[in-house]
Amino acid sequence: MSDTSAVVGLPRLGEKAPSFEAPSTAGVLRLEDFKGGWLLLFSHPADFTPVCTTEFIAFSEIYDELRKRNVALLGLSVDSVSSHIAWIRNIEEKTGTKIPFPILADLDKKVASAYGMIHPGQSKTETVRCVFVIDPDAVVRAMIYYPLNVGRNMKEILRLIDGLQTADRHKVATPANWNPGDAVVVPAPTTVEDAEARMKAGYDCKDWYFCKKKL
Amino acid sequence: MPCVTADGKPTVSAKQILEALRATALTPEQLSEATHLPLFRIRSSLREIVQVGWVSENQGRYQATQEGIDRSA
Repeated sequence: MSDTSAVVGLPRLGEKAPSFEAPSTAGVLRLEDFKGGWLLLFSHPADFTPVCTTEFIAFSEIYDELRKRNVALLGLSVDSVSSHIAWIRNIEEKTGTKIPFPILADLDKKVASAYGMIHPGQSKTETVRCVFVIDPDAVVRAMIYYPLNVGRNMKEILRLIDGLQTADRHKVATPANWNPGDAVVVPAPTTVEDAEARMKAGYDCKDWYFCKKKL
Repeated sequence: MPCVTADGKPTVSAKQILEALRATALTPEQLSEATHLPLFRIRSSLREIVQVGWVSENQGRYQATQEGIDRSA
C-alpha cells in the first residue's frame, strides 16, 4: 500500500527564509519589507480561540522589548483579514490589550505551506504554533513548533533572541539555560596550536574544548 | 487599499508619508525616521502610494508628486 500523505516542506536553519507576499491587517506585506532588521514570524491556529488569545496578549506584552532588540513581530493564521480585525478589536474590548503588530491572512495557505506550518496530525486546516526567528539578511536562525493545546513562553522567545544576537555580536555561543549576563561559551579551538593556547588564554576552562568567559 | 480610503483619499498614515515627502526626496529608512512608522510599513505603503501615482521613485528615493501633494492637502 503506497503512502499518500503529502510531503511538507520545512524551512531550514541557516538558509534564506521562504519569500512571501500576503494580505495583512497592515496591508499587503512581503518578507523583503522586513529586511535590515530581525523578524519574528509566528503562526496561531485560529482567531477567536482561547489559547491563541492568551498568546496574542503575551506577544503584545513583549512587543516593546522586541522593538528594543530591532525585532519586528508578525502573526499569521489562515483566517481572513476581516476575522483578524474583528478578533483584535474583541481582544481590546474584553481585555484592554491593543495588538500592536500586523497579522497575515493566509487564506490560501501559501505562506503556511512554504513554512511547514500545517501538520495534519494536529490539524489538516489550521497552522500549529510556529515561531521563526529571521535575521536582517532574511536567514532563518531558529524555529519553534508547538502543538495546538500548549501556549508558548514569551520569556524563552526573548531569551532565544538574546542568545542569537549575543552570539552574533561577540562571536560566542550560549550554554544551556543561559540568560543575559551569564558566562558565554568560547567556540572550541579547531587546531592543535589553538587548543594548546586555549588553556593559557585566561578563560574559565574545564578542558581545552570547553571554556566559558564573561562578556 | 490600506493607504487609500473608500473615497480615494489618503489614509492617516499615507498623509504622514506624503507630508514627509512634500519638500524633499527620502529613502525608506529616512522616511521611517521622519514619520516614526516602522520600516516594513513604509516599504509596504510606498508600493501602494507609488502605484496610485501620489509618490515617484528615483534611485531609491521617494518624493510626493503634485497629485500626492494635492491629495494630502
